[in-house]
Amino acid sequence: MDYLLQQLINGVTLGAVYGLIAIGYTMVYGIIGMINFAHGDIYMIGAFISLIGLLLVGVLGITYVPLALLLVLVLAVLFTAVYGWAVERLAYRPLRGSVKLAPLISAIGMSIVLQNYVQLAQGARVKPLQPIIRGGFDLSSANADYHVTLSYLQIIIVLLTVALMAGFTAVIKATPLGRAQRATEQDMTMASLLGIDVDRVISTTFVIGASLAAVAGLIVTLYYGVIDFYIGFVAGIKAFTAAVLGGIGSLPGAILGGLLIGLIEALWSGYFSIEYKDVAAFGVLVMVLIFRPTGLLGKPEIEKV
Amino acid sequence: MNAETGQPLLTVEHLSMRFGGLFAVNDLSFAANRREITAIIGPNGAGKTTVFNCLTGFYKPTVGRLTLSPPSGARFLLERIDGFRIAKEAGVARTFQNIRLFAGMSVLENLMVAQHNRLMRASVYSLAGLLGLAGYRAAERRALDLARHWLDRMGLLAQADQTAGSLPYGLQRRLEIARAMCTEPAMLCLDEPAAGLNPRESQELSRLLLDIRGEFGIGILLIEHDMSVVMQISDHLVVLDHGALIAQGPPARVSNDPAVIRAYLGTEEDEALPPEVAGDLVAVPHSIPSAGQPPC
Repeated sequence: MDYLLQQLINGVTLGAVYGLIAIGYTMVYGIIGMINFAHGDIYMIGAFISLIGLLLVGVLGITYVPLALLLVLVLAVLFTAVYGWAVERLAYRPLRGSVKLAPLISAIGMSIVLQNYVQLAQGARVKPLQPIIRGGFDLSSANADYHVTLSYLQIIIVLLTVALMAGFTAVIKATPLGRAQRATEQDMTMASLLGIDVDRVISTTFVIGASLAAVAGLIVTLYYGVIDFYIGFVAGIKAFTAAVLGGIGSLPGAILGGLLIGLIEALWSGYFSIEYKDVAAFGVLVMVLIFRPTGLLGKPEIEKV
Repeated sequence: MNAETGQPLLTVEHLSMRFGGLFAVNDLSFAANRREITAIIGPNGAGKTTVFNCLTGFYKPTVGRLTLSPPSGARFLLERIDGFRIAKEAGVARTFQNIRLFAGMSVLENLMVAQHNRLMRASVYSLAGLLGLAGYRAAERRALDLARHWLDRMGLLAQADQTAGSLPYGLQRRLEIARAMCTEPAMLCLDEPAAGLNPRESQELSRLLLDIRGEFGIGILLIEHDMSVVMQISDHLVVLDHGALIAQGPPARVSNDPAVIRAYLGTEEDEALPPEVAGDLVAVPHSIPSAGQPPC
């Protein structure tokens, strides 16, 4: 029982990270109907900027941990957002209105560029980081020999994710920006005929996605303590899977999908084999796509006549 | 004429739009005034919608100048402004022959989205909106009031929270006009607003357009095949055929113009006229000589 509880805690934490990245995929897909294949690498950039930021606050001698983390968070979000904006500007905007596959390829190109750039600039070796937030609660039942821990960091991760998701759901639902995003999603030309700067709305979407990926990058840097230039690839594919599983284009779907993928991975690794956890995650994706092609919360696409 | 500036609201000069070897619009010049309804008519394929597409930035004209002079005193050369700025800055709003609502959004949201730019400014790109600042809330209230005004006027209040796509056809047409009006345009371009409406709905539409013309002092450009609507409400007619201007002026004069009659009814040689075209013209209250009379 204790063991299961521990796996659930780990799974939810992991799922929160996937969910944060998946939002970036799902929002971009929602608005321009294309997958941003560079998004995983944006998350990797976020992790690296977080690491640099952490070193920076160390050098500056800011030792009060909450302040230091807040500074790093702001720094990571700002710089990663610039990367997200640049990806849209370079790989998507010039190709708007061309063949649908073209931006997809250019996004894969951006992904390769970003990976190699970080590899060159930061080296190919794994970057370790000492744990910054230690400690947690011991949830094990009395006289058990297995210790269940819920670390403070896990609590922070889940709370932060929930807060961000609630915040962005509110943005989409009730602000002019969110309305413009939904309008652009439905009919880009009509939105621009109403005076909406569609290019800017799309840029903003990329920037929001990148900001959330930056938060995920910081979280992962703190949580696992190791990053390298290649983490974006697998995390990106997992998050993409999460977005598809939940129903791509749907914000709650991305969160649900992230949680499911996280839980499946944690439980599978806990009870079966760690080596095959990806098989489990993608196997579930295959099953869902066979029986529910629109994902769990996705709406079937209505053919425009 | 525009009383404030002594200039027409819209001046189209030598507009040509060429697709390969085809001139969809060929050397078209006309002017449209504020507080007037200018109807662009002509047989199918005459280039009417192409004119709208040039005005709203869909197409860059091959040749020509499109000047919009709203009462503010500003001047916009529409052929040089890109897409969304034509709506945002110059204030040109448009509806479509095949209705283009945001079908998945609610009726109210369709009208709110049309006020995007004002709300974006007030909300400092949504930041103030999230924090619920007073300035933004006031702006949002104004936007809601305007939306509600149009809902009320179009008889859509009860449907405000329905998705736009679920409305019956006639109401969708009205909602599209309401949405265009919520952008507070200087010029309203309506592409066949009466298409698919029954006679009673067409009557209501005519009254609505006359009201809008009187109340907001904007210019209305109208493409319409329903001649009873056109003759009843338009102040100025622009007749196109094969992309070229063949006549313009007040409806009474234009409907007697030999070139117009020829375009619509054919010359004496082609006796067989398409019945729906003939029907359109015969239904017109103003006198049009019968097809048998020599056209010129």
